[in-house]
Amino acid sequence: MARITLDTLRHSYMPNPEGPEDYALKEIDLDWEDGGAYALLGPSGCGKSTLLNIVSGLLTPSEGRILFDGQDVTTLPPVQRNIAQVFQFPVIYDTMTVYDNLAFPLRNRGVAETAVDARVREIAVMLELDDMLGRRAAGLTPDAKQKISMGRGLVRDDVNVIMFDEPLTVIDPHLKWKLRSKLKELHHKVRATMIYVTHDQTEALTFADKVVVMDDGVVVQIGTPVELFERPAHTFVGHFIGSPGMNIMPCTVDSGRAIVDSVPVATDNSADGATGRTEVGVRPEFVAFADTGVPARVVRVADTGRHRVVEARVAGAKVHVVVGDGVSVPDGGAFLAFAPAMTRIYSDGWLVGGAH
Amino acid sequence: MTLELRNVTKRVGVDMHIHDTSLTLASSGFNILLGATNAGKTTLIKIMAGLERPTSGEIWFNGQNVTGLSPQKRNISLVHQFFVNYPSMNVSDNIASPLRVAGVSRKEIERRVGEAAELLRLTPYLKRRPSELSGGQQQRTALARAIVKDSGLVLLDEPLANLDYKLREELRDQLPDLFAGRGAIVVYATSEPSEALMLGGHTATVMAGQVTQFGPTGTLYRQPRDAATAQVFSDPPINITRALKAGNEIAIGETRFAAHGPISDRPDGVYTLGIRPHFVTSTRQSPDAAEVSGVVQVTELTGAESIAHFEMGGDVWVAQSSGVHAYDVGARHSFYVDTGGCLYFDGDGRLVA
Repeated sequence: MARITLDTLRHSYMPNPEGPEDYALKEIDLDWEDGGAYALLGPSGCGKSTLLNIVSGLLTPSEGRILFDGQDVTTLPPVQRNIAQVFQFPVIYDTMTVYDNLAFPLRNRGVAETAVDARVREIAVMLELDDMLGRRAAGLTPDAKQKISMGRGLVRDDVNVIMFDEPLTVIDPHLKWKLRSKLKELHHKVRATMIYVTHDQTEALTFADKVVVMDDGVVVQIGTPVELFERPAHTFVGHFIGSPGMNIMPCTVDSGRAIVDSVPVATDNSADGATGRTEVGVRPEFVAFADTGVPARVVRVADTGRHRVVEARVAGAKVHVVVGDGVSVPDGGAFLAFAPAMTRIYSDGWLVGGAH
Repeated sequence: MTLELRNVTKRVGVDMHIHDTSLTLASSGFNILLGATNAGKTTLIKIMAGLERPTSGEIWFNGQNVTGLSPQKRNISLVHQFFVNYPSMNVSDNIASPLRVAGVSRKEIERRVGEAAELLRLTPYLKRRPSELSGGQQQRTALARAIVKDSGLVLLDEPLANLDYKLREELRDQLPDLFAGRGAIVVYATSEPSEALMLGGHTATVMAGQVTQFGPTGTLYRQPRDAATAQVFSDPPINITRALKAGNEIAIGETRFAAHGPISDRPDGVYTLGIRPHFVTSTRQSPDAAEVSGVVQVTELTGAESIAHFEMGGDVWVAQSSGVHAYDVGARHSFYVDTGGCLYFDGDGRLVA
């Protein structure tokens, strides 16, 4: 297994890129530690597939380097990178048995049959495939096939990294949670460097120790699930993680304090150093109705069963409030209070005083 | 407007795909078909559309028997999970296609396409072909075509299932507004309970080809008639266990708590207890919550919530707590059951308290 370093990586699909808008990846510097479980999370078109293809060697970046354990592999073809990949759709041999499918990557490399047998059985137990080893893959359900695909990715212990590209796309929603948590458990057992690419927050947060959130060709935050939820470094992270996402309201700044619709709002960070477009961000879970505060207008109430999600307008912006059972929701005009420790000022999208 | 299914069944070979079903759907709010994959939702939609003939029973639309009528003669719009657009036409022509077929004037077509495109934020893409659009834009194009047609019956079969969840969230917010005031009967099939709740209206829970209950969405969720309905209408899955009522006390395994609410008036004996995961939390939510404990097997994080699956008395329980909580997989953790959230079912699975 290897530590993977992306060094001032940029990529454009255009022959002569000019401005930043011509780059699918704008500038990426990051380290994936040996043995870590990482997720690459972002919406379609954010650049995560481009990044994945650069790591696997299907794509050579326009600029920058990629290193495996300090070795420059930027120009190495995929076969020489020694990586395993699990794709959206199962890649298995239908005519082979489950056993032979799992054994294939090992036999291909001339591993001795006794070692093959031991490893195949070990992986099969982990994936709960051990009772179907003798069956042909052809007649199996999509989730069983995808488990075989995962098994083929996991069976070799000499790979630098295992990459999962939206591996649960074809899985029935009611079976997803099982595979989702299975992967996490597998990581604990095999301790390989794993990179899991997805647009699904639950998959990313459940699997990864650290999540790399991307938007528009830029890494906007690398953090643990707690950090992404509690302290988004960018309004995009706040919006993308959580359902509904973080509320974002325009604000002005007066001597370090945020003013929303003429009302001063206490925040966790100071606005010192804020330039450009300033906004206040606070999650719906940390907003409450109050007797005084920021004026709002209630537009709609949705009942989610376990709580209600109120949609309101504050200074033209849409604001969601999560309201528990037994709390009454005002009709029309109302005031909102924000929990100060969970309310932050952003400038041009970035957390003021954050590491960016 | 009403759409009625009168004792509709569908048999394919020896398999009953739809058991005797009677439903009356109205045009106020969405009519949601909620059920797992293969529960029979798509078959019901196809029967409503006229794409499949029921084996027995009748379909009535606005007081007219339409059972034998072809889909073309029924004035319906149908949107599938997989976006269906004409690849050789641009977005504008795709949206306009049902109007062209209906012989609507060019000026009127232009007006209605413009309006639908504006609603679904497709105006900048009107000249593009479907292949040049993202998945979300393609599905919005399919939805625009369904809206522009002004059909009496709009059938949406898991229309958001293949979209990124953020987009799903956004479209789910907009959908009820898009169809409000148009007078059409809207039927929406989904496998996600949260989607049914967010869309509101009325819900029919579907399990193994059977509609287990039909009524206002919130009522079905809070007062499911039977355990099957409660199971269909719960994600994560509702915890189901055996409970013993003796006097004023309820026992589940080793845990005992005071019976309160309607169950206290029921006779002593064995009941099936159902409790939704959000009533089982890792921190105490109310003073009379009952403490249980179990070995954590699986954990999940959805962003704002943490889910833990734990083993207790041979059953796997699911706990759903707000915020991000760390659990050690394989270790014993305590959880707190808000006993006010318990549903009690009798031996036949019918809700009694």
